[in-house]
This record gives sequence, structure tokens and C-alpha cells, in this order.
Amino acid sequence: MQLAKVVGSVVATVKDPALESRTLLVIQPIAPSGAPAGAALVAIDGVGVGAGEEVLFVKGREAAFAFLPDTVLADAAIVGKVDSVSGTFSPIPSKAPVKKHK
Amino acid sequence: MILGRVAGSVVATEKHYKLEGRKLLLVQPLTPEGLDRGEVLLAVDGAGAGEGDHVLVVQEGRSASMISGRLESPLDCAIVAVVDRVDLG
Repeated sequence: MQLAKVVGSVVATVKDPALESRTLLVIQPIAPSGAPAGAALVAIDGVGVGAGEEVLFVKGREAAFAFLPDTVLADAAIVGKVDSVSGTFSPIPSKAPVKKHK
Repeated sequence: MILGRVAGSVVATEKHYKLEGRKLLLVQPLTPEGLDRGEVLLAVDGAGAGEGDHVLVVQEGRSASMISGRLESPLDCAIVAVVDRVDLG
């Protein structure tokens, strides 16, 4: 699982029935410091989050578990909304305790 | 499975119901010698680990999902043990 920030959404009128009425969000994976980490991807919202929010997401087969008993075409799912991040992360990007920042 | 050190935590009140009551910890992967390597992971705690603890992390979804018997949980990374020590030949 990983932290990410919601940076956009995808609108797709024509889609597989298994994606019907699902929210597709563009997320940017981030490090605990909030710095971007890796390429942006599209994830299905399993919680109900909005633009700019920090979230946690799961990738792979387990992403589809978020929507059981429905069968959803998902290889990435948002499974939580981040309230705060704390800890000490070294050496990149900072040695200082990291608090959530928006 | 990999070795890691608990470097921080994440609070997320609103989350998938199968993650309810679960502690979310940020884990810095370590080499067997105990040196930091790679990017920090977000793992669900299944072993009662705390910050600074050295832990064993499983990164395979089906196994991670099994912690405490919650099958088919949407998670792919879990702490499954707190490491007492690593003996290297």
C-alpha cells in the first residue's frame, strides 16, 4: 500500500459494465514527506474522497477486494483517507519529523 | 518477506471497513545488516509493532490479507512479525 494525493478524475462514458458508476481518480503517489514518488495512475475510489486529498491505496489483485461482493475491474483502489502522517524518515527527503501537509 | 524498521504511522479515520481498527505503519526497508534501503512502504500492522521496531513485512496480497483471519481484505503489505535479531553467517 502507498500514500498518494488525488490530483484529478477521469470521465469515461463508454466503459466496461464492471466499471459502471465507479469513480475513477487520478492519483500521484507520494512519499511520507508529501513529495511525489513515481508516476501518476488511475485508481477506483473505494471510500469517497475528493480532489487534493491525501489517501492510501492498494495495487494489484487485492484492489478488487475493496468492492466485494461486486466484481469491479480494478488494479488500484483507494481504501482510506489520510488524517495525518507522523514519523522520522531518513535520509531522504528530510530527517525532521514529518507532519502531514497539504 | 523483507526486513524493515517502523519509521512512522498514518492516521486514517475513514477507511475501508476491512481495515477498521488496523494500525497503519510506515516501514523503511532494511538490508539484513540493518541499513536503510529503498522507498518507505505503508503496511498494516498484524504483529503489534511500534515505532523503531525492526519487523518482518510480507508484500504479497493474499498472505497480507490473511492477517488475523480477515480474508479478502484490500491490502497488499502487512507486518507479520517483530524481529528480535538477525543472525548473519
